Amino acid sequence: MTPTATAVTGFRDRAEAVLKALETVRDPELDEPITSLGFVASCAVSAAGDAQVRLRLPTYFCAPNFAYLMVADAYDAVSALPGVRNVEVVLDDHFASDAINGGVAAQAGFVRSFDGEAVSELHGLRADFLRKAVMAGTDQVARPLLSAGTDPAALLAMNLGELPPSRALDRLRQRRAELGLPAGDDAPLLVDPVTGARVAADSVPLHLRKAKVTRVSIEANSGICRGMLAHRYQGTKGQGQTPPPE
Amino acid sequence: MYEHNGEKYFIVDSHMHYWNAAPDNWVPGAEQYAKGWIECFHAYQGLGPPETHWTIEHFQKYSEDDLMKDVFEDGHVDVAIFQPTDLKEWYTEGFNTTARNAEMGKKHPGKFIYNTNFDPRNGDAGLEELKRNVETYGSKGVKLYTAEWNNGSRGYKLSDPGAYRYLEAAQNLGIKNIHVHKGPTIWPLDKDAFDVADIDHCATDFPELNFIIEHVGLPRIEDFCFMATQEPNVYAGLSVVIGGLMHARRNFFNKVMGELLFWVGEDKMTFGSDYGIWEPKWQVEGFVDWEMPDREEYSDYPRLNTAGKKKILGLNAARLYDIEVPKEFQLPAEAGTPAAQDDAQLVAGA
Repeated sequence: MTPTATAVTGFRDRAEAVLKALETVRDPELDEPITSLGFVASCAVSAAGDAQVRLRLPTYFCAPNFAYLMVADAYDAVSALPGVRNVEVVLDDHFASDAINGGVAAQAGFVRSFDGEAVSELHGLRADFLRKAVMAGTDQVARPLLSAGTDPAALLAMNLGELPPSRALDRLRQRRAELGLPAGDDAPLLVDPVTGARVAADSVPLHLRKAKVTRVSIEANSGICRGMLAHRYQGTKGQGQTPPPE
Repeated sequence: MYEHNGEKYFIVDSHMHYWNAAPDNWVPGAEQYAKGWIECFHAYQGLGPPETHWTIEHFQKYSEDDLMKDVFEDGHVDVAIFQPTDLKEWYTEGFNTTARNAEMGKKHPGKFIYNTNFDPRNGDAGLEELKRNVETYGSKGVKLYTAEWNNGSRGYKLSDPGAYRYLEAAQNLGIKNIHVHKGPTIWPLDKDAFDVADIDHCATDFPELNFIIEHVGLPRIEDFCFMATQEPNVYAGLSVVIGGLMHARRNFFNKVMGELLFWVGEDKMTFGSDYGIWEPKWQVEGFVDWEMPDREEYSDYPRLNTAGKKKILGLNAARLYDIEVPKEFQLPAEAGTPAAQDDAQLVAGA
């Protein structure tokens, strides 16, 4: 999550560095950077090094736990930049804005930010969604091979190091590493996203089907979220927003 | 009914509303939630074709005449099922209550079915109310919104003991169909509120009840699909899939439909317009016209033929609600039984 720690000197460089840092922050549900999704309404740094980031989401009622993670991760990513003195991250137009913004600013953690409404921090939730990202990523890597005629049984025998290089593969390795799953060249492509063990031969068709529906689900949600964000903010672009990958 | 290319479709809109979300109905002190809720719904409407978009003022409170025209005159619907959502913490008279729906619907005999609702956090008083509603409105179904805020609580799970008590009572009162809508908040907030695991438990423990998961468990289609293959009494409510994706994101609509046809099957999918979010007209017409494109990326999805579309657009819901379907709309025996609970064998052989 730590952005490249180049020394930022100029005012403009610094604003760019903040945006770059925010590119490392993902929506945990959609597994995409908050920048490309259009969630960064604005980001600015004063000459003295005070950074202010404003975030926005597709609806007033987006899930508060994921919203909290994005605000907290944005705070951490920008705080790690050299030359930045103070950081303020503000989530606008959300039912839990006050609890989230106040909690993150005070570094209170999720449980204290939502006093009495949560029993643990969000590591478990984040891991659950990383596992979904691993399943979706498996489809992204496997689909072109299957389309080119690779047999599912052959896919099962493959290790990551034997696969053609691609952004999807880099991404899959990164997500697996974040979860502590094997991600090196000798790691199998098809693994159980909880244990990291190679999938059993008779489970391969179902595993691939699950990978596919997980990817479809995440991508369809992403499509709906983008559409609603565009409607909510009348098409006003966010900082670093990119068109959907479709 | 909708007639197209010589085929006649009996249309049951199994998920629609008659709400008042105008400022005159906002609870003082909770205006921001009432406003935020209806604006969120309005953004969903933005995913439909531009010519079907309404102003926010019209969207907050549409009239009985608007509804009758949009749903029945223009929208091809034969029977519509009201799905209430109370939200009384934010809307003084409730957002769209069973009583409001029935008050309007009684002027149009035969057009509407009144589902009611319950909230297990309301204890004994809630059970009495459920009994009264079933007796008064003849409800055969309930709509449950698990993320409803209630007196400081931000939602409940259907596997809670309190919920089981209500499900038992509902079943004893003659309720057959449980429509479930997952929302963004549930205690504790550190858990995924959209998780459908609680429905998995209920579906197993209440095999006589049908569980129709509205919006196909969005945003957790994958969890919903895994669960639905294992539970014969779990159905997929298509509201939002057609309304939110068919126009706005065609590729994803194709894929989501393909996944649902694979995991759940055409016998267990029901059309719902989610009116007033989206008008049924463009959804019904577009769905009848829709075909899975003949491209490699869709090659391992089942295809949907005319009989399957007839099931999804009306015959499945008609069977769940014992709605009489005139002979001219019925399917020949070889097309299978609508709403049959045996469609998951596809997955076993995957």
